[in-house]
Amino acid sequence: MTTLDSRVPEGPLAEKWSKRLHDMKLVAPNNKRKRKVIVVGTGLAGASAAASLGELGYQVDAFCITDSPRRAHSIAAQGGINAAKNYPNDGDSVWRLFYDTIKGGDFRSREANVHRLAEVSTAIIDQAVAQGVPFAREYGGELANRSFGGAQVSRTFYARGQTGQQLLLGAYQALMRQVDNKTVTMFPRREMLDLVVIDGKARGIITRNLVTGELERHQADAVVLCTGGYGRVYFLSTNAFNSNGTAAWRCYKRGAHFANPCYVQIHPTCIPQSGDYQSKLTLMSESLRNDGRVWVPKEKADVKKPANEIPEERRDYYLERKYPSFGNLVPRDVASRNAKYVCDEGRGVGATGRAVYLDFRDAIKNQGRDTIADKYGNLFHMYEKITGENPYEVPMRIYPAVHYTMGGLWVDYELMSTIPGLFVAGEANFSDHGANRLGASALMQGLADGYFVVPFSVGNYLAQNKVEAISTDHADFKRTEDEVTAHLQKMLDVGAKGNRTVIEIYRDLGEIMYDQVGMSRTPEGLKEAITKIKKLQNDFWTDVKIPGSGDEFNKMLEVAGRLADFLELAELMARDALHRNESCGGHFREDHQTPEGEARRDDENFCYVAAWAFKEAGEPELIKEPLEFENVELSTRSYK
Amino acid sequence: MHDETMNVHLKVWRQAGPESEGRFESYSAEVNPHMSFLEMLDVVNEDLIKKGEMPIEFDSDCREGICGTCGCVVNGQAHGLERGTTVCQLHMRSFRDGETIVIEPWRAEAFPVIRDLVVDRGAFDRIIAAGGYVSVNTGPKPDANAVKIGKDLSDRAFDAAACIGCGACVAACPNASASLFTGAKVTQLALMPQGAPERGRRVRAMVDQMDAEGFGNCSNIGECEAACPKEISLDNIATMKREYLRAMFTDH
Ligand SMILES: Cc1cc2nc3c(=O)[nH]c(=O)nc-3n(C[C@H](O)[C@H](O)[C@H](O)COP(=O)(O)OP(=O)(O)OC[C@H]3O[C@@H](n4cnc5c(N)ncnc54)[C@H](O)[C@@H]3O)c2cc1C
Ligand code: SF4
Ligand code: FES
Repeated sequence: MTTLDSRVPEGPLAEKWSKRLHDMKLVAPNNKRKRKVIVVGTGLAGASAAASLGELGYQVDAFCITDSPRRAHSIAAQGGINAAKNYPNDGDSVWRLFYDTIKGGDFRSREANVHRLAEVSTAIIDQAVAQGVPFAREYGGELANRSFGGAQVSRTFYARGQTGQQLLLGAYQALMRQVDNKTVTMFPRREMLDLVVIDGKARGIITRNLVTGELERHQADAVVLCTGGYGRVYFLSTNAFNSNGTAAWRCYKRGAHFANPCYVQIHPTCIPQSGDYQSKLTLMSESLRNDGRVWVPKEKADVKKPANEIPEERRDYYLERKYPSFGNLVPRDVASRNAKYVCDEGRGVGATGRAVYLDFRDAIKNQGRDTIADKYGNLFHMYEKITGENPYEVPMRIYPAVHYTMGGLWVDYELMSTIPGLFVAGEANFSDHGANRLGASALMQGLADGYFVVPFSVGNYLAQNKVEAISTDHADFKRTEDEVTAHLQKMLDVGAKGNRTVIEIYRDLGEIMYDQVGMSRTPEGLKEAITKIKKLQNDFWTDVKIPGSGDEFNKMLEVAGRLADFLELAELMARDALHRNESCGGHFREDHQTPEGEARRDDENFCYVAAWAFKEAGEPELIKEPLEFENVELSTRSYK
Repeated sequence: MHDETMNVHLKVWRQAGPESEGRFESYSAEVNPHMSFLEMLDVVNEDLIKKGEMPIEFDSDCREGICGTCGCVVNGQAHGLERGTTVCQLHMRSFRDGETIVIEPWRAEAFPVIRDLVVDRGAFDRIIAAGGYVSVNTGPKPDANAVKIGKDLSDRAFDAAACIGCGACVAACPNASASLFTGAKVTQLALMPQGAPERGRRVRAMVDQMDAEGFGNCSNIGECEAACPKEISLDNIATMKREYLRAMFTDH
């Protein structure tokens, strides 16, 4: 049986990372210039990793899909970034942040990784401030903090509602400084389509130049994948248009294990879909639930009536009813699931019947319109811009949307995948959030990985692996490129004759995933989903319609390629969800709940990371990494 | 809400590649007023694909007005007529039923057209690479609260830092100047104590790079500010000019 070595250092939890840093092998300064590292993706994780590796003196080639590394999905993060600074002196500490993250992840993450994350969190803030990131400040000139996502301490740093943007621009500027220093070469408008593995080690990538359509070969001594999450497998999500799972999936097919693909976070407060043309969903800060009351009509007969004409006694404030002590502030997954249930009952509102009300009427009455405007003015404005409705007058309509994927490529303590020399950072790996991620922790993890882990662990690997320089004429480069060419050609051949557009098939996939591999899952539903996904794979490969050719700028061809990979990843997600006979974090199985409808975890049988290994023929192999908790006690949450 | 529709006529700039001749093509579409402008283009594209024609190529990523990827000239105005709005945040309800909408790419020598509405804005990255940063390496730093920065100052720096690098200012400027973009970064970093030690070098390098890229000079027309989706103020250009002069006469 295959086993996984997480390479977690021995010793007390709080000393593991410093011990590892002391033990690491170093690359001599004059040798660094001779070692080349590829960084794929320049979101928070990739930009910070590429800049830091460049500063250390390595030769770095960095790649992104967008026209400039200043843009990536990371830029859209609004709420903030956590760090255990304890500036407000409200009792926060590294331990508390560690514990909250482990507990928030429903005890499905690795203790040592999470502790390191909490340890380095404070250095991220120091680093960003030194770069000139304009965080929010108090009148006295110190940094401002707020409590976020139900945390009991105020440990979230923010820059108005644009935290991701400002942190990304800080990392981007550090990256461009290295471009100017000629340590980093930037390759924008490139899509990685395959990983080149030579003698069992990651030695390069194949990219498509998105302007000319040419395939290119790039070699290196190590590859760092920072390509983000796979939330767009659901078609509609809060993720950016170009977010995708392709790079990770291609690495999976070259031997990197994929861990916990079924762990997905669904965010309860998004603007609902308004029609079939919808291309993405917009997130609204969950702080809205502090004052807004969630409800739907008690009777189906009322769902099409204007909200304000439905009298109090005909409204069902279902969260307040079911969870009297937490009410509208139940955690993200509970709020999301309950919205789905009431809509499934036919009590959903709005044009599509897939929305619930978030009502500020009482808050405005009690606190005054000005107070509410102070707190949420910009969110109300954004809502009105998109929907054309004024939330001061009529209740908002909200619906859950896919937001974040906790699963990703399996990595060990040093963020190396099961392919030696392939490192994975940011949302693309599975590492720190277990089965559920806390608000404001993704930015923290992306930057922790990029600034403070990858630069050291890549060095440690390079110091111990003196790989020979290779030419991109190497037979394995040629073979891999030929396989990419064949894959693209096959797609274009079908695409020239097919009848169903890429978007039509993509939307069908999204629907299956939303309904059956989404907020609430059943074994029957998951089995059915697998059958439907297989059929859709077949539809794609026999009947997809793709415009144009491969040797030109062709966005629909890019989307088609990402969809082809999502169609395979979707199947693995359903398989993973089906095998995990428990409910935990973002994974809720209807057959594993308490009589009160709460998630029922099964620590005896499922306290492990599910890592899936690709098999050329037959089904993927499940490899388990048992999770051992030496420092915390496993507890069950309750929100009644 | 579902059955509301409106008709629009589009005149869209089509250009196969950087060296090809471009021309306007006309299309008609029945759309829903709740669509965003880019969703409208998605729908038109689905139709074109079904008819076996090439879709209109345009760039987008966040579709929430924060990444700066999208951008085209709509009825003569960069990002359309609505103030403080990127084209991805524009909604069809702000157009009239039956209206003809003219859609063109950013037009500037320094932003060559790649295809249709997609342009190359690499010049902006090279301006930042020339000096748009604080020179610090990753590593141990003083505590983030070691230096206090007043809220007013920090808010002003933030206002400048809000630039999304979309390029609308260049497209709107009759001289195709990049002064608003460059001025915003110069101002942000000059205001903050972290950026002070390299103020002079920074502004010189960035302005020189801006000139080398073929952007025009600023003659204070103000079209950039009017087109800017983040309402970046013209004051940033004044600050940049002052900083530049200061750098010429002092040594840092
Ligand atoms: C609306 C929204 C709000 C959020 N708010 C918060 C928040 O307040 N706090 C918080 O902590 N987190 C938040 N998150 C989550 C957080 O933003 C992301 O998890 C995080 O930014 C991911 O960073 P990343 O660097 O891993 O990936 P990304 O930012 O997704 O970057 C991926 C990079 O990889 C590139 N890429 C992808 N595929 C390829 C390929 N095949 N070839 C080449 N390049 C490729 C892309 O071009 C991009 O540069 C939010 C997320 C959303 C959607
Ligand atoms: S200054 Fe405004 S218009 Fe110019 S790039 Fe920045 S955000 Fe866009
Ligand atoms: S697509 Fe990001 S600003 Fe428009």
